[in-house]
Amino acid sequence: MFNQFDVLETIDMIEKEHLDIRTITMGLSLLPCIAGDAKTTAEKAYDLVCKRAEHLVKVARDLSGEYGIPIVNKRVSVTPVSLLCASFPEEAGLVGAALDRAANTLGIDFLGGYSALVHKSMADYERTFIETIPEVLATTTRLCSSVNVGSTKSGINMDAVALMGEIFKRTAELTKEQDGIGCAKLVAFCNAVEDNPFMAGAFHGVGESHAAINVGVSGPGVVQHALEAIPNANLLDAAEMIKRTAFKITRAGQLIAKEAARRLGAEFGIVDLSLAPTPARGDSVAHILEELGISTVGGHGTTAALAMLNDAVKKGGVMASSRVGGLSGAFIPVSEDIGMIEAAEKGVLCLDKLEAMTCVCSVGLDMIAIPGDTPASTIAAIIADEAAIGMINAKTTAVRVIPAPGKGVGDSVNFGGLLGRAPVMPVHDTDSSKFIGRGGSIPAPIHSFKN
Amino acid sequence: MRAVVTVTGKDKKGIIAKVSAFLAEKNVNIEDISQTILGEYFAMIMLADVTSATEDIASLAKECEEMGKTIGMSVRVQHEDIFNAMHSI
Repeated sequence: MFNQFDVLETIDMIEKEHLDIRTITMGLSLLPCIAGDAKTTAEKAYDLVCKRAEHLVKVARDLSGEYGIPIVNKRVSVTPVSLLCASFPEEAGLVGAALDRAANTLGIDFLGGYSALVHKSMADYERTFIETIPEVLATTTRLCSSVNVGSTKSGINMDAVALMGEIFKRTAELTKEQDGIGCAKLVAFCNAVEDNPFMAGAFHGVGESHAAINVGVSGPGVVQHALEAIPNANLLDAAEMIKRTAFKITRAGQLIAKEAARRLGAEFGIVDLSLAPTPARGDSVAHILEELGISTVGGHGTTAALAMLNDAVKKGGVMASSRVGGLSGAFIPVSEDIGMIEAAEKGVLCLDKLEAMTCVCSVGLDMIAIPGDTPASTIAAIIADEAAIGMINAKTTAVRVIPAPGKGVGDSVNFGGLLGRAPVMPVHDTDSSKFIGRGGSIPAPIHSFKN
Repeated sequence: MRAVVTVTGKDKKGIIAKVSAFLAEKNVNIEDISQTILGEYFAMIMLADVTSATEDIASLAKECEEMGKTIGMSVRVQHEDIFNAMHSI
């Protein structure tokens, strides 16, 4: 028989502390769909996704009912579309539209993989593909896009970084009626991972199997609640508590991932050891840091507290799952975390502090609204800074900023739902255009040569 | 296949009778029960065999939740593995 306190603890976690499975993401290889023209490739991609992921939503609903744990998102990630479209890159939008249609047919939340990997250099067909991103994101609803512009092994492709600055601007402009929502579906990465279940950066790497189930768990509220029980504990004890809590959360993810993979006839991919917030109160990573003793997130001590939290989550989670991966760590998306939103509104949390925080957690500058008149070169420079952090520290970093069209500091953007709302945060009005205009690449760091 | 049935809420008479009668109707066999009262708060945990139940766990969970509402209690039915996974290594 179960220990009744354990049983009631699980129930409290789910009902009062927002424990949930944040996403079941089915990774699908679209390599078999490559045909000689865009139209046929698009049709084959649509058919493959609809066939392989046909039961994804139903299985998620069944599992949620049986185990009594909410499963928030059902998603699909696919092979980077630029690889499918190398011989007809200007028509890649047809494939993007077909994938968006497939996502609608299946009733899933998002489909990721309108992506390109250009971390070392950018072939002509890849540049042409990346140029299609703004239009495609403006004319689809569930499709997400990402571009890998750097890696520890290959350095940073500064030509791609410069281009991405322009792409963010154009994407925001084309979706200006909705505060630039297109940019909420677009990420620039350094060290992108191939098994990430989280959006907007999910894609299915070429080293993956034909179909894999990757699961992301969540539970900032559970960690916060556990820390509330030991308000005067020293930090070593607090880290222990976070580890134990992360272990339990991850075990729930592992169970669901294995079972979902079995029922969907896919390989069990990974569990992403994540603490992913939502805009709901009681589901905030910022509030965990505040529970540890930082009066407002963004204040001095935030980076240290976050480093400890992130590390403890990984240590607890690693033992709980047979295979971990994805982005794994605490997420700090501003618009999706009520504590971050409030700290940014107070002016305590600023872009520079967020950048420091990304050195010690996953993943990067995420869901941050910046003034609409921010130059493309400044956005590119923000991406370059983030990529440098990722490259030197051999970790994934990302930039998902929204240059909110027609808006400035003091305004805010509101995307609703899990994407939340965000105050427009100031950026430095210094000029980085000469640095970005130099082009070329930043070479890989010396410590990347490990062979 | 076993499920954990939990019943929580304000203590009153006849809770066990009502819940166990409902489960018997669904051909669910109760294997173990533990129950505590903390002040006015009632908490009961049952381990139940649902192998030959008249419906699957998800539907059973929904019906139990509805039945619970009629007596002002929260009643949940969950596959036992979620608790095994989270609390044992």
